[in-house]
Amino acid sequence: MANHTVAETIHVPYLEEKGILSWILSTDHKRIGIMYLVSISTFFVLAGIAALLVRLELLSPGKTIVDAHTYNVLFTFHGSAMVFLFIVPGIAASFGNFLIPLMIGARDVAFPRLNLLSYWLYLLGTVIILFSLLKPADTGWTFYTPYSIQTGTDVILLTFGVFILGFSSILTGLNFIVTVHKLRAPGMTWHRLPLFIWSSYATAILQLLATPVLGITLLLLIAERVFGIGFFDPAKGGDPILFQNFFWFYSHPAVYIMIIPAMGVISEVIPVFARKPIFGYKAIAYSSLAIALISFLVWAHHMFVSGMSEVAATVFSFLTFLVAIPTAIKVFNWLATLYKGSIELRTPMLYALSFIFLFTIGGLTGVFLGTLAADVHLHDTYFVVAHMHYVMIGGTVMGFFAALHFWYPKMFGKMYNEAVAKVAWFLVFVGFNVTFFPQFILGMEGMPRRYADYPPQFHTLHEISTIGSWILGLGILIMALNLLRSLTNGEKAPDNPFNSLSLEWQIPSPPPHENFEKIPHVTDWTYGYGKKNNQEG
Amino acid sequence: METKAHIEEHHVGYTTYVLVWLALMVLTGITVWVSYLHFGVFNIVVALLIASIKASLVALYFMHLKFEDKTTWIFVLYPIVLLALLIGLTAVDVFFRTTP
Ligand SMILES: [Cu+2]
Repeated sequence: MANHTVAETIHVPYLEEKGILSWILSTDHKRIGIMYLVSISTFFVLAGIAALLVRLELLSPGKTIVDAHTYNVLFTFHGSAMVFLFIVPGIAASFGNFLIPLMIGARDVAFPRLNLLSYWLYLLGTVIILFSLLKPADTGWTFYTPYSIQTGTDVILLTFGVFILGFSSILTGLNFIVTVHKLRAPGMTWHRLPLFIWSSYATAILQLLATPVLGITLLLLIAERVFGIGFFDPAKGGDPILFQNFFWFYSHPAVYIMIIPAMGVISEVIPVFARKPIFGYKAIAYSSLAIALISFLVWAHHMFVSGMSEVAATVFSFLTFLVAIPTAIKVFNWLATLYKGSIELRTPMLYALSFIFLFTIGGLTGVFLGTLAADVHLHDTYFVVAHMHYVMIGGTVMGFFAALHFWYPKMFGKMYNEAVAKVAWFLVFVGFNVTFFPQFILGMEGMPRRYADYPPQFHTLHEISTIGSWILGLGILIMALNLLRSLTNGEKAPDNPFNSLSLEWQIPSPPPHENFEKIPHVTDWTYGYGKKNNQEG
Repeated sequence: METKAHIEEHHVGYTTYVLVWLALMVLTGITVWVSYLHFGVFNIVVALLIASIKASLVALYFMHLKFEDKTTWIFVLYPIVLLALLIGLTAVDVFFRTTP
């Protein structure tokens, strides 16, 4: 495209240097992004295996493969690892690191060493959490008191690991905020920023401001276990619900730390494969910020049946409805972008469309749960499990897979097999729905979450759900094999295989170490698709 | 929101720093003294109020917030709003609870 100055000379690609030290000591944002990508994918697989075992146990009533305690350990590991090791760092740390400097026309993030420190802290946290598996916790990923104070399993090590991970998240957020403020290329005004940058910026605000509260909460929990101070113990004048207030003050915004980056990915993928400018650019950009603001006001919708005050519950139920508005704004704008576009169903687009469909189901069932009266019935049932998996897999993971297939050629300079990728997508989409849709019905019928056993009337639906988990697992396996095999056997990727106008596609694949030969001068936004000279090229 | 790198010399003399330090010491003394008085629920309010004044002094003078630009102020004020929300909305729960 004519708007940006394209790098003319190719420097050494960032992947060129070999050896483990060249990776773990690298301050190159692209390498740090790749290290995050490898790490989070590893834990996605491990936590996914735990999920398959959980589903296998639920295949039939009574004991199928493991006893009740092991079952509790399995879902605790599944939940904690998926949340804290995969989905919270997730797209923000992996693709955020790789893409933010490329998209805004910078050579690196604002604080490259701090960035590497964030990754090391992440690694340290994961090591501590893996050590906790010697005496694995059985509290679920939410560590609710009083059980987390009383259980004999190793809650301290697990929560301390999460505490360390929090610092990684805070420093990453800080780094990204400063980068977006300070390192934008000349001409890259706020309203020309790619929407992925807006969403990363909103996410960074949440990481920076919400995570400290989680850190404090977990420290209080550890202090409570070690010294028995009584913050959460009514016998000593404490309040068990205080833990839930603190925990969800972080963990509701954390839901948006998980989902907003995926929304950014969708905003990048949709216009490229619909060959149309994004509809409602400013509405999408500001709705990211709106979510970042409102998400701090709704935390207690997780606590309606905890014994909190009814006045507060009513207020929080109402406030929860507000957060649906900016989310719906995004969905409407994506649909409007698709309208009359010349849509090309490449793999990233298939995942992006799946995101819109599944996330809408996940989001709307969230409104059911935010409704005070409905929640009293649905709380802690499989309806909640289905809802949060529709948001987290149907939303974030679909966005993650879309990003993976969209930027893979840029990251690794190779193309994957498109046909195989589409087969994998089909299995993932079908498998996901077969696994989780029956869980909505199970929840409505009263099946509680986190139980190793169930009465016979729930058998059929549980069976369908477990079979679905096998289809989903197979789909992800095929996708992973395809992507791994293409690292060595894939065709060489062109610089811009999908004809995107964004800055990162105007440089070689894989990008050189310094990103840009000359810092580009930006004269337009990145969504000018469908104009004559851009249509095919 | 273009933040210009505006580097000026802020000459805050030693006198100011010493005065701020003295103020902090006095406020610490007041905190200790106040803890012997009994205002019921308002003990917390008073303690938080004094702590906030101390924190503001540190931020404004020792951390030079007084001389920073608008963007920095936004990033300082927003978390304070959030903290107020955390405390305020949690208080809504605690004070309106009906004991069965
Ligand atoms: Cu929530």
